[in-house]
Amino acid sequence: MAVSEQPIQPASRPGGTGIMRILLRQETVLFIILVIGVLLLSTQTDKFLTKDNILNQGRLLTEVALVAMPMTFIIITGGIDLSVGSILGLTAIMLGYGWKNMGMPLEVAIVFAIAVGTFAGFVNGFFIVRLGVPPLIMTLATLALYRGLAEGISQARSVRGYPDWFFQLGQKDLAGIPTQLWVAVIAIIITGVVLARTTFGRGLYAIGNNELGARFSGIPVARFKLLIYTFSGFMAALAGYIYVSRVSTTRSDMGTGLELDVIAAVVLGGTSIFGGSGTVLGTVIGLIMIQLLKNGLSLAGVKGDATIVIVGVVLILSIMVNNFIQRRTGASA
Amino acid sequence: MTATPLPNSTPAAAPAPNRLRTLRNLILSQEGILLIVIIVVMVVVGASKPRFRAENNLLDIFQSEAYIAVAAVGMSILIISGNIDISVGSLVGVLAILSATLSVNGLPGWLCWLIPIGVSMIIGAINGFLVAYLRIPSIVVTLGMLSILKGGMIIILGGTTIINMQPDFFLSQWDWLNIPTPIWLMIFATIIGALWMRYSSTGRSIYAVGGNAEAARLSGINTRRITITAFVINGLCVGICAIMYATQLNSLQASPPVGLELRVITASVVGGVSILGGIGTVVGSTLAAILLSVIRSAMIFIDIPASWINAVRGSLILVTVLVDILRHRQMDRH
Repeated sequence: MAVSEQPIQPASRPGGTGIMRILLRQETVLFIILVIGVLLLSTQTDKFLTKDNILNQGRLLTEVALVAMPMTFIIITGGIDLSVGSILGLTAIMLGYGWKNMGMPLEVAIVFAIAVGTFAGFVNGFFIVRLGVPPLIMTLATLALYRGLAEGISQARSVRGYPDWFFQLGQKDLAGIPTQLWVAVIAIIITGVVLARTTFGRGLYAIGNNELGARFSGIPVARFKLLIYTFSGFMAALAGYIYVSRVSTTRSDMGTGLELDVIAAVVLGGTSIFGGSGTVLGTVIGLIMIQLLKNGLSLAGVKGDATIVIVGVVLILSIMVNNFIQRRTGASA
Repeated sequence: MTATPLPNSTPAAAPAPNRLRTLRNLILSQEGILLIVIIVVMVVVGASKPRFRAENNLLDIFQSEAYIAVAAVGMSILIISGNIDISVGSLVGVLAILSATLSVNGLPGWLCWLIPIGVSMIIGAINGFLVAYLRIPSIVVTLGMLSILKGGMIIILGGTTIINMQPDFFLSQWDWLNIPTPIWLMIFATIIGALWMRYSSTGRSIYAVGGNAEAARLSGINTRRITITAFVINGLCVGICAIMYATQLNSLQASPPVGLELRVITASVVGGVSILGGIGTVVGSTLAAILLSVIRSAMIFIDIPASWINAVRGSLILVTVLVDILRHRQMDRH
């Protein structure tokens, strides 16, 4: 609705037109806020800016970060995926179920569970692309459906007792850095390059700005959209595997509310919920900001739950500031 | 909602002209189908399991999801206006705690009900203001509000259980004419909501704004005022829902009811409200809430574990949406 009233941003790229443009980009503004926040918080407690704490926060961040990458793609195309938390939960359950109840070797169960999660994402994409179901409705339905399958299949039983090697990904280190953080970094680099430097990435922006126009200019809209929802399922499934490896058990309520954390990070990172603009870098800054804000505040003695309030306030404020800046620059341009 | 123009979404799906409004159309409307499904499920299960059709169970079916239906009245109006509220669960949690705390501190029952409803309407007005004047999408505003409310609630009460409310507090446990108050509230909210949406100029304007905001604005409707009104009405319904929720038991857990917003949105969508705005009725969402309750009760009687209820809910949304799409395709063909 409001999209026609807003100036269409050229994919929030500076376009090399002056230093003010770069300074006013959402990523830059966020980054400055992030640096100031970190400096302020580090004066409050000396436990905050330590290598151990930062690495540990990275460990906690990975699952949200993995899911946030495809979510950035999806929101750029003007869609949304609310089912990621449920896909994570379903994957976790299928992993334990495949191993304990279906008698698969654990390696096969992992592949099986990730395949189920990827297929769950494919189903979302298929209905959205082929039948024209609005993404919000489709993924709302599967948010309930996939969670329901996880609950129904698991019958509220959890699976434990995994062998030692299974915990390598979630609890151990590789070259002094939490193993899953490597996965997250690789995923971020690949998705960042794909979004910024490939025709596929440019196509996603085009779809978000004007889907019909993108179709007429020869972009395979249906295939691209099917691909990103399937990718979203895959990443949620991978996050599910890492989650199980990190907490050593499977439960059907795993990942409840994950979609909201992910969407908050993506939107905070400057991706417009209307589609057409956003970057992976912005999402990463959004993710780090939320995680460090929560962690820093709780270390500084703020009661754990006040941090959720602050995340909500920061979210609304940052969108307001961003809207304001966009309108100003839109007016001057 | 989503600004992407979906090529196959018929704008505001023009209802068939009045002369064609035969019985067939009435039966094939979303409300008609829901009513038929409710009756079929009740007859089939009731025929094989006599205890299903016992008076107690029937009252329980209508009562147990009544607060969902009341919240869904507001949600439907909000979605028809082209917006959405995903913070309902957290808001109900906060308001319920507020209400119970007031009662523990000795306030008379009616004040313990009215104050949270007022607070809820104010929060609705704030949401509406942010959406209408600062042009922040409603899903983002209410996502932020969800965090604020959820965090705020735990700060205030930190997961305790509230007991010792005054005896004049428990609205949901009372009867009138042998029918529990939640059922009355559900009926009143639905009738008033349906009449208001159909016959008041504000109600008609909400359809117009949700169908095509720009066209509504050009035809002289104050779209900002309408948006805020829709949010305030939603706040009113959420407030009533919270009171019904808070007063049904003698103790109240200070944690947000899990997945409540999902159940409310499910009722609206299954009831035929289009997420793109402009289409749907309040009656449909109430019937959908009742249907979900009937199904949940039927599942118990035919020995399906209750843990499958979310899978059933999700499938029901999918079926509804698919039927709707097929129906539109058929309409386009004629």
